[in-house]
Amino acid sequence: MDRLKVATVWLGGCAGCHMSFLDLDEFLFDVAAQIDLVYSPIVDCKEYPEHVDLCLIEGAVCNEDNLELLHKIRARTKTIVSFGDCAVTGNVPAIRNQLGRDNTTNVLQCAYVENAQENRRVPDATGIVPTLLPLVRPVHELVRVEYFLPGCPPPADRIKAVLVELLAGRAPALTGANLKFG
Amino acid sequence: MGAKTLIIDGQTVSAENHVTILQAATDNGITIPTLCHLDGVYDVGACRLCLVEVKGSTKLFSACTTRVYEGMEVTTQSERLKKYRRMTIELLFAERNHVCAVCVANGHCELQALATSLGMDHVRYDYCFPKWGMDLTHPFLGMDDNRCILCTRCVRACWHIEGAGTKNVAGRGSKSHIISDLNEPWGDSETCTSCAKCLLSCPTGALFHKGDTVGESERDRSKLGYIVNAREKQQWIV
Ligand code: SF4
Ligand code: SF4
Ligand code: SF4
Ligand code: FES
Repeated sequence: MDRLKVATVWLGGCAGCHMSFLDLDEFLFDVAAQIDLVYSPIVDCKEYPEHVDLCLIEGAVCNEDNLELLHKIRARTKTIVSFGDCAVTGNVPAIRNQLGRDNTTNVLQCAYVENAQENRRVPDATGIVPTLLPLVRPVHELVRVEYFLPGCPPPADRIKAVLVELLAGRAPALTGANLKFG
Repeated sequence: MGAKTLIIDGQTVSAENHVTILQAATDNGITIPTLCHLDGVYDVGACRLCLVEVKGSTKLFSACTTRVYEGMEVTTQSERLKKYRRMTIELLFAERNHVCAVCVANGHCELQALATSLGMDHVRYDYCFPKWGMDLTHPFLGMDDNRCILCTRCVRACWHIEGAGTKNVAGRGSKSHIISDLNEPWGDSETCTSCAKCLLSCPTGALFHKGDTVGESERDRSKLGYIVNAREKQQWIV
């Protein structure tokens, strides 16, 4: 059998979920023996490849780059896992949604004018910094998601419970304490 | 009057007259999920998580407000109930802003624990992300509307255990919210005795001790039932 083509993606998150992934310690050797890691923050690859079997998505969908990549991932991936609370619920990145949908007058105003000490102005770097979406969204509100792996971050054991099943070609089904958010 | 005999989940149980299905089930070791029920205050049937099936009716009944009768046949677990409970808990999460990772009640929250036990791995409804504020005017207690599920446990504890009558519900529908006195800053309340019974009763992180940080809001809610039991039955059972 061909080795599973796996990707991990970092959208609007703090990288904590990826840290927790690295926390799998020696289990990473087992994983490495069974997969090809084709795209990830820890792999030097610029373009999300075609025909990916499994993608773990960390982070909420916050800006236009996130959204564009997400649609590319969905088109090119068999199985998507929402990896961590930001991907599953919006979590901390989505707190800004309460400020309202117009970013220029709300979130940027709040961060760069109201709460700034120096250089109080709304930044404008169109074409360099991706434009924020009106609302931060969890992944499944925008594309179909096969499995959910909650936690902020999900503990390594929980990630392992999901990976073991997926690598064996089975459907993971987290229950009990493994479903705790936060 | 004597006892009633009924069947809960195929088990024959006897219950005192006038008790609710919830009480009869609990006394017989049968667990029904609840959120707005709190030992020590009367029930209002606000959260709908305790819905059960009663044979002979297609309607669902809230176990906390429905009295038992002779020969009643109750089902507390079924695919249909599971489906509705899961929907209800997801709607509670979608309605306000719950960010467990940074919440004072993380790990000690009845809403969070129920989501876990009901198998909620994500919320299927679009989140509302409403704009709510906090009331931090009280010297040592705080209220965060973002985490309130409108169970009214705080209101009932404030009125009927403390007898202060500070807490109340204002507004309608999704605009409903908990207020102090006539919607004044909590810190200006002339009726609040600062007993913190509201905080003790709250299932979530909506009411908290100022200064508590993530996961620090651990409360012994059984204290309220203890006070009421001692007061009404003169029984000082610890
Ligand atoms: S109140 Fe409970 S469910 Fe809401 S954010 Fe806090 S811990 Fe999570
Ligand atoms: S502290 Fe006591 S009196 Fe004040 S609002 Fe809460 S329950 Fe009521
Ligand atoms: S503040 Fe707490 S106890 Fe009061 S209604 Fe809201 S969730 Fe219930
Ligand atoms: S516990 Fe019965 S409706 Fe809330």
